[in-house]
Amino acid sequence: MKTEKETEVATANYNGFEHISGAEALLKCLIEEDVDTIFGYPGGAIMPVYDKLMDYEDKLKHFLTRHEQGAAHAAQAYAMVTGKPGICFATSGPGATNLVTGIANAFLDSIPMVFITAQVVSNLIGTDAFQETDIIGISMPVTKWNCQVKTADEIPETIAKAFYIAKSGRPGPVLIDITKDAQVANLDFKYKKCDYIRSYNPNIPLHKKEIESAAIMINHAERPLILAGHGILLSRAEKELRAFAEKTGIPVALTLLGLSAFPSDHRLFAGLLGMHGNYAPNILTNQADLIIAIGMRFDDRVTGNLKKYAKKASIIHIEIDEAEINKNVPVDIELNNDAREVLNELMPLVNENSYEKWIREFRICDKTEYDKVIKPETKPGSGELRMGEVVRKVSDLTGGEAVIVTDVGQNQMYAARYYKFANPNSLVTSGGMGTMGFGLPAGIGAKVGSPDKPVITFTGDGGFQMTMQELGTILHYKIALKIIILNNNYLGMVRQWQDMFNEKRYASTELVNPDFEMIGKAFGIPSKKVTKREELTEALEEMLSYDGPYLLNITVEKEGNVFPMVEPGSSVSEIRLTY
Amino acid sequence: MKQEFTISLFTEDHIGILGQITIILTRRQINIDSLTASESAVKGVHLLTIVVRTSRELIQKVARQMEKLVDVIKVFVHTCDQIIYQELALFKVTTKGLMSGNIIDHVVRTHHARILEVSPEYIVLEKTGHMSEITEMLNRLEPYGVLQFVRSGRVAITKQVKELNSYLSDRDEENRLKADSLEVMN
Repeated sequence: MKTEKETEVATANYNGFEHISGAEALLKCLIEEDVDTIFGYPGGAIMPVYDKLMDYEDKLKHFLTRHEQGAAHAAQAYAMVTGKPGICFATSGPGATNLVTGIANAFLDSIPMVFITAQVVSNLIGTDAFQETDIIGISMPVTKWNCQVKTADEIPETIAKAFYIAKSGRPGPVLIDITKDAQVANLDFKYKKCDYIRSYNPNIPLHKKEIESAAIMINHAERPLILAGHGILLSRAEKELRAFAEKTGIPVALTLLGLSAFPSDHRLFAGLLGMHGNYAPNILTNQADLIIAIGMRFDDRVTGNLKKYAKKASIIHIEIDEAEINKNVPVDIELNNDAREVLNELMPLVNENSYEKWIREFRICDKTEYDKVIKPETKPGSGELRMGEVVRKVSDLTGGEAVIVTDVGQNQMYAARYYKFANPNSLVTSGGMGTMGFGLPAGIGAKVGSPDKPVITFTGDGGFQMTMQELGTILHYKIALKIIILNNNYLGMVRQWQDMFNEKRYASTELVNPDFEMIGKAFGIPSKKVTKREELTEALEEMLSYDGPYLLNITVEKEGNVFPMVEPGSSVSEIRLTY
Repeated sequence: MKQEFTISLFTEDHIGILGQITIILTRRQINIDSLTASESAVKGVHLLTIVVRTSRELIQKVARQMEKLVDVIKVFVHTCDQIIYQELALFKVTTKGLMSGNIIDHVVRTHHARILEVSPEYIVLEKTGHMSEITEMLNRLEPYGVLQFVRSGRVAITKQVKELNSYLSDRDEENRLKADSLEVMN
């Protein structure tokens, strides 16, 4: 056995280089990029990396999930709450393909992530070897960039490039596929961070003239509206957005992924946009004479029918990804740049203003929505429990300070609508992809990334069963995630559409469910069922005060529908309050 | 309204870029009429010339999505009047047919074609020009027995003034200045 000193000599620096294996070089690269947390799952081809990982346990904490998809979602949620890139390991073949849903999810929601997959030894590539799959080809349409590494020498430079690409410009997932022989072979290691790629230019110069024109437009508007999205959070422009809104007096509506970028209780908060968003911002989008879209991409769930979208408004689009500008909605002024930089430039050019009459229109709509939808949903008084009242109760009990993670469907829409987010980056949800099964593994990643805050996953009985093996990860690492199953015994959102558009033909949407408390208990998680309104507050308080993971299975109204709703093909101003 | 566009894509010389480009075109249901991959005037920079038929609105969106790819340096979209372009075609025609008609001399002269090879069985002709001219020559030869016909993708030179090298040297200069200013700060 070598002594510590001998090992030191063996890897001693000469000319600033260390002679180490590709696997070790990979881990050193990650440490150089300030990584301390990895989610992943081992397998044959990635064994050299996992073997070395044992020597770096003090610097790199690895979480073994129960499925690679879980690792991908957990790493994404970790990235969303910390602002650091999410790191995920998987082996070749099925390990790599199991990541694909998670990669695509991160791609559509612009999350900086570095996926490391292993590949069979390089001379076997292309021969249909055991656990060989063309993950480069498969992941090409869902990564910002990907690259296969076949020799150890290429590892440092490729990893440096991966981090630069994942984090800069419009962030996104990158995938590096490393052959087993490249992991095993030695190289002379030296790390240099990447800050320049000739063919890739994320630092676009500011266009002063267009910014001046935008300011003039803003100063002359009578019914302006800000539509802010995830770009605010990604460029850390929450303070700038707030200052800009307060100076100009312009109301701020948020997209689903933009939620928590502007305080929910602010007098200028206009609400959530989109299909199940609030009444006021949807209706008044079509009354606005100026729309300032910041870090959002006019997704179809936000715009409804494009032919009838914001026709009275001039549009200023502040967006870092040039390909998003004029993609769905033609704009009058394009400011192709980082949200924070543009807001900083605009700030001195815009006038102090207030739009009392215009804001009053929002409050009138808010009152209508409160009377017809919010009040009956959050304070039903009698009848079965409703999803909205559960979420609002959690919001009140946590004072809006929790990190909220959702699955997809009705539970997600209720969480987005009724939780009052107090802090930035406090909603983790699957926006563009709408990936069912996201909630539980994402909850794990969110809790790992924000250990000092309460982290609560709202999920449905359907989505929970898609990835519930991750309860094993919670057990393994004692992750104090609070899980709330809003259980209506249905795939609720699809059932709602069948109710509204398919004459209540509930094709394959009713579920026969297992005993969720028993499942929770099998994984060592205190679990309780709530069926009555009287039990709700106490059960939630007990869950929140418990030091550790906790599962609440809450029986809610079986056939509750989320409203308001912009029906597919309808204009945002045709949003319906009831059905 | 659909019209013809020539896309010139300058890319890094990396494996897999063509795949990324075709994914973008396939998602938008745009067919590739012709495609040429070659080196460019700038060392290490690859040039893809793609001819497609689509609307002006869509081609602009697609070009932005292509330019967004990390390994793509620059994308230019041109209509026919903005470029000087050629295609090349080879024809293998039966010698018997061509000789019996005694038209070989006429074809070569009127179509500005070249004879590449003559054997007792066949003659190989080469023609460079626009697609319509090549089609015209093909139609002319068809009665005499065309054994093989192949047409290359389009190659195009742009009429624009700012060349790629100046764009690239601007980028490198920016990076050098940035590095210098960082050094000064340190």
